[in-house]
Amino acid sequence: MTFQPSKQVYSGKIREVTLGIGDKAVTIGGKGVFSFHSFEGSIPNPPRIAMEVWDKDPSEDWSAAAKAPFSDVLSDPAAWARKCVDAYGAEIIVVQTKSADPNGDNRAAAEVAATVKKVVDAVDVPVIVWGVANHEKDVDVLKQVAENCSGKRAALCPVEEGDYKQIGAACLGYKQVAVASSPIDVNLAKQLNILLGNLGVSQDDLIIDPTTGGLGYGLEYTYSVMERIVQAALTQEDDKLQQPIIANVANETWKCKESNLSAEDAPELGDPTKRGVLMEAITAVDLLIAGADVVVMRHPEAVKLVKKYIAKMM
Amino acid sequence: MGLTGIQIFKLLPKTNCGECGVPTCLAFAMNLASGKAELAKCPYVSEEAKEKLATESAPPIRPLTIGTGEYAVKVGGETVLFRHEKTFVNPPGFAVLVSTDEDEASVSGKIDRFKKAQYDRVGLKLRAEMFAIKDANGDAAKFCALAKKISETGASMVFISESVDVMTAAADSFKDKKPLLHGATAANVEAFGNLAKAAECPVAVKGDGSLKSVIALTEKLTAMGLKDIVIDTGTRELKKAFEEQILIRRSALKDRFRPLGFPTIVMANEMGDGLMEEALVAATFVAKYGAVIVMSDLQPHVIFPLLLERLNIYTDPQRPMTAEQGIYPINNPDENSPVLVTCNFSLTYFIVSGEIEGSRVPSWLCVQDTEGLSVMTAWAAGKFSGESVGSFINKCGIKDKVKHKNIIIPGYAAGISGELEEELGAGWTISVGPREASQIPKYLKSLKA
Repeated sequence: MTFQPSKQVYSGKIREVTLGIGDKAVTIGGKGVFSFHSFEGSIPNPPRIAMEVWDKDPSEDWSAAAKAPFSDVLSDPAAWARKCVDAYGAEIIVVQTKSADPNGDNRAAAEVAATVKKVVDAVDVPVIVWGVANHEKDVDVLKQVAENCSGKRAALCPVEEGDYKQIGAACLGYKQVAVASSPIDVNLAKQLNILLGNLGVSQDDLIIDPTTGGLGYGLEYTYSVMERIVQAALTQEDDKLQQPIIANVANETWKCKESNLSAEDAPELGDPTKRGVLMEAITAVDLLIAGADVVVMRHPEAVKLVKKYIAKMM
Repeated sequence: MGLTGIQIFKLLPKTNCGECGVPTCLAFAMNLASGKAELAKCPYVSEEAKEKLATESAPPIRPLTIGTGEYAVKVGGETVLFRHEKTFVNPPGFAVLVSTDEDEASVSGKIDRFKKAQYDRVGLKLRAEMFAIKDANGDAAKFCALAKKISETGASMVFISESVDVMTAAADSFKDKKPLLHGATAANVEAFGNLAKAAECPVAVKGDGSLKSVIALTEKLTAMGLKDIVIDTGTRELKKAFEEQILIRRSALKDRFRPLGFPTIVMANEMGDGLMEEALVAATFVAKYGAVIVMSDLQPHVIFPLLLERLNIYTDPQRPMTAEQGIYPINNPDENSPVLVTCNFSLTYFIVSGEIEGSRVPSWLCVQDTEGLSVMTAWAAGKFSGESVGSFINKCGIKDKVKHKNIIIPGYAAGISGELEEELGAGWTISVGPREASQIPKYLKSLKA
């Protein structure tokens, strides 16, 4: 039999969204084929790794493995962000505003926004600001962040159905990028994009966060939702879903039990650092294959592995 | 699978004799198409029709089994490109490579780690199940000695050698273990085909890095009458291997291109610099269509995340994974420890039990069968009501384990507390816990204070 490789027909492409300004601005999205399918079409921008910093010292929450690379900067978010850029080559920084959590430290919005500003000023790469998924608090914090960081093209996340009007308006007013966050559902993702569109948020300033489940903790749901979003965008011309996708990998993988057990507590699970690194890197690889354009990561070893992986796959 | 009822009907005698058990040939054809009947039931079907139906109705990717016993690995038989379209059915086997030029201590270390790396998760056993044994120097006696040692573990085996002599000796000695014989190349395909046929073992073809070479080999073996074939394209470059896996699966399913309708083996051990990189290669082909994945070593911190990934990707999207209903003691609870109740959606169970464990507060977690629904969904569907939770608490035996009469329910099910109190009777208090599992440690610690 003569062999003709079966062709996938693509009819749409993902929009490009640019984060940040100046030389270090990063453009994501743009692909006209499934992830890493460059053998059948164009992928103008490689997927990117964003490195996260917390706006509070995470020492209490983090395992030894996660803390070790950052032990000198954990209490200084700006220095931490600089270390990610200078030492580990981060091209995007995510600030997780953990201190704002009303169930935790509940730091005042102005104080949180001031810390974010310090990080934004400390680095020249784009910054994504990730809230705590509490509508009221995120609105307070992200509005001030939007104002403080006017002109930086930062991305604000999560913009959810319950707070999209306020945070969406802040993005519009100060020309920031909105990250629309919905709970692992194609239709809800689409719905929120439509709502943000009606509000006036341009599709050039819009990223999808379909909600991330970590390895062993719901990864398969995120994996399939991403594949479905990308299929709808590329093969069914679903205009409202043709936005780049971000996955908050580090936050999910490092909070699960198996990433944090010490060698004494779980000798059967081997080296705790390598285990944590692979829990993170494998989640990132799966979601990159499924369609993510940006993965948010924590451990420099995992970042290095995935960076090399992306280079090989492009 | 492939043909419609009408297409099958055209191949039948159309006599409506009824001897197959249904009154008409058309009804029989419909049953055949939906897999409810077998062709053998028709006494009058022609040989030609039999052959045609057998080929056409065969699964688009050949299902086959490597190995025997509890470590046997069933591969192939997949019917979709994306797991959300239906489900992936046969998870890839993970194989650890040992070579005849490897020293004994190294081999023993791998065997030891292979045996130890077994993990229980929601009633499933997660573990690697295979060894790949590689011939380094054409020494058949040495190869068989190594295979003997490995076979004692019960693991399924892949034999890797291009030497006809080595493979003949090995297949002859271990054919009862149904190893995968790897690999038939353009140079040895005839001899490999014959020895695989004689040993009745599955055989892998090894291409020269092109799908064209693979097709030539599988066509040759198929013509020799072999059916249980596995594809190694010969490519050892990640990006190209990824492309090939996509094209193989797509051609097999969408075009029903028979020469590529076989499961694939991926040599991750030759595609990464070190075990950590190999792990990402393996992860790639767990998601995208590998059926056997060979790695250079097995370390628990590497295999555990891969086993989780395989479990996740091969979970049936239409059937939520569930934890078993029952009482789970966490952090060595005693008769005064708090009692929490939740649903049996596996994710809920993992997250809630993980948070309780992390809090280090000794607790009893009662998991009620909600058919895999999460707390909110189960509550909305009436499967996590005061009545059902109450009857579960009454029957599960937790009352014999604690002295107190206090139950903590999930925050999202706060609405059931009145009804639950009624159901449990006088003296019981219902406390409403947090909505989000992440707040459980704080909540439990506040109880202690």
